[in-house]
Amino acid sequence: MLPTTTTQDEIEDATVRARPEHSDGRPPTAEARVRSATIVIEPTSRWSLGLRELWAYKSLLYFIAWRDVKIRYTQTVFGVAWAVIQPVMLMIVFSVVLGSGLGVSSDGFPYPVFVLAGLVPWTLFARSLDASSQSLVASAPMVEKIYFPRLILPVAAAGSILLEFGISFLVLLAMMVWYGIVPTWAVVFLPLMTVLATLAALAFGIWLSALYVRYRDLRHAIPFMIQFWLFATPVAYSQSAIPDSVKPLFALNPMTGAVEGFRWALLGADTAPGLALAASVVVTLLVLISGLYYFQRTSRTFADVI
Amino acid sequence: MATTPIIRVEGLGKQYKLGSGVQYGRLSEAITDAVTKPFRRGRRGGEEDPAARDDGTLWSLRDIDFEVEESEVLGIVGRNGAGKTTLLKLLSRITEPTEGRAELQGSVGSLLEVGTGFHPELTGRENVYLNGAILGMGKAEITSKFDEIVEFAEVERFMGTPVKRYSSGMYVRLAFAVSAFLEPEILIVDEVLAVGDIAFQKKCLGKMEDVARGGRTVLFVSHNMGAVAELCTRAILLEKGRKISDGGVPQVLDEYTRMMSSRRATDVEFEARAGTLVDILGIRLAKADGEPSTAVDICDGVRISVEYEVRTRLHGLQLTVTLARNMVDVTHSFDTDRLDSVPPVDPGRYIAHYTVPPMFLKAGIYTVRVGIGTAEELLHDLQGAASFEIDDLSESTHFKGYRRDRPGHVISPGTWEKEKVQ
Repeated sequence: MLPTTTTQDEIEDATVRARPEHSDGRPPTAEARVRSATIVIEPTSRWSLGLRELWAYKSLLYFIAWRDVKIRYTQTVFGVAWAVIQPVMLMIVFSVVLGSGLGVSSDGFPYPVFVLAGLVPWTLFARSLDASSQSLVASAPMVEKIYFPRLILPVAAAGSILLEFGISFLVLLAMMVWYGIVPTWAVVFLPLMTVLATLAALAFGIWLSALYVRYRDLRHAIPFMIQFWLFATPVAYSQSAIPDSVKPLFALNPMTGAVEGFRWALLGADTAPGLALAASVVVTLLVLISGLYYFQRTSRTFADVI
Repeated sequence: MATTPIIRVEGLGKQYKLGSGVQYGRLSEAITDAVTKPFRRGRRGGEEDPAARDDGTLWSLRDIDFEVEESEVLGIVGRNGAGKTTLLKLLSRITEPTEGRAELQGSVGSLLEVGTGFHPELTGRENVYLNGAILGMGKAEITSKFDEIVEFAEVERFMGTPVKRYSSGMYVRLAFAVSAFLEPEILIVDEVLAVGDIAFQKKCLGKMEDVARGGRTVLFVSHNMGAVAELCTRAILLEKGRKISDGGVPQVLDEYTRMMSSRRATDVEFEARAGTLVDILGIRLAKADGEPSTAVDICDGVRISVEYEVRTRLHGLQLTVTLARNMVDVTHSFDTDRLDSVPPVDPGRYIAHYTVPPMFLKAGIYTVRVGIGTAEELLHDLQGAASFEIDDLSESTHFKGYRRDRPGHVISPGTWEKEKVQ
């Protein structure tokens, strides 16, 4: 019954490491078995971002992300279609109110395509941020009772949104075909822009998930914050509509660069979002690294507080 | 051979803050147990608990040192709030210690409450995979054990059904089955056996025994003292966050029982209750010859006298005495056991004497539970009403059958004969 081979899909070497079979049923002696690495338990002092451990548990990461996707659509009539309904409805509202009504500039593209090309990465960001910031509290029983790298929860939650993103992206492509828009060479940067939006969501999501364990105020603050953030990001309007005086302020919002970059890469606008994009990357990385550090510092006492 | 202990714990301690700061979330039940009592007492200015400090902190666990050798099965016992769960949480890395350190040589699997990773919306099959991954198994490993797990849990027909449609019994069986097939070098188990029906509990105990015999190191916390006595090779006793005893299972369990049984008197009286049909008034403990005593030699009998008052003519009245050792019921006897019919009882005061024969109870501490009632209703029930000790001082050492660390609850009354047949 003891495993004699090491499986491909192992989560942690130590867990599934093969052990010698003892036909006589005697306990294996210390000499007969190779012990796995020593686990030392003591108050935290080391400086670590916990990324190596996350990698060691990648199989669990996959399972949790898959669980999140599966649960989100069980007992729903429309299922994954909800991933499309949300951005498309927003697109219609924005098109009617801002596009035709107020005549907001869309850099020369048909307004519906322009706004959807902003809404798709935005929705990826907003949904990932929402899911990851609530992930720890949502899985409180697991955190209280089982050991695993806590970082798995916000990362898996953000990852589980990628499926929705893929589906709404297909709708965006269909819109482009309808309007006869052909992407330029800049489309090669599209995956990078998607990664940037996800990382930005993860960066804030990791911070917020750790804070949410302690401060339940965030339950009320997060939806409001995301709503506000949508209007502070050039999704429904173009960056060209932002007055020069407040542009540096907008550049601090990592989603400015991500949304503009996404739109540029896909639709091929004339100007690449250079400075705004660079600022987005820098801000995202700063928030991500500080978030990982804070998370790691607090994660070993989550079980006491959650 | 010089072996390093598989677990080495040095000065391990965990401090919790009480009420101060931002602790909105509920602390685990282990802490609240420990916290609320001394805290309330402290505020009334009563008895001080040394563990609770004025600065609003509490050491849930402190100065814990012990070592566990490979393939030992260590039982951890203690009252609620003694720090058992905190210790297991530290060793399974769910929370981190405030001071001290622990070294574990090998992979750790912990079963702190089964089914924690289960999600009600997922099917049985999906939950097996998810929970396996949470407990540290790889996908291929789970697949290879899948059939065994399902068979053990006896839920073959429902693997495609979301577990929210399961009965609680099915749910628990499947959850335990997943955990039971984990194969870490160190297994940490807490309260698992408090679940499921009796038949399944037995099965779980059997599985635990297999695990222990398979040479794995097990840390085992349970309120089921019988299970601790049967499975463990050694035990430690915690009280108020400190280790107060460490050694062989029988000694530690005896010490625990002694700690738990506050009442040790030959005469115990109970206050009469108003408006009841029957009341137990008192219990007297004595040796077989009637001399009051709470410490009786193994070669002597124990006489338990129960005084009670009947206020109205009752049909089918029965008195019962239950003796328990290490929290496990050893005997359960009715005063009507040897009667063909149960005559009605007239109002009045009665004394019933129940005598335990000599050479029957093993050495140890026994608690007495007395109950009285009719077939329909238990009218008065006193748990832990009294306690006495059986000493084996006079017993000559070659009567091995009396040894308290032998499996089995009583001294076997059976006899042996041997003949040579060839």
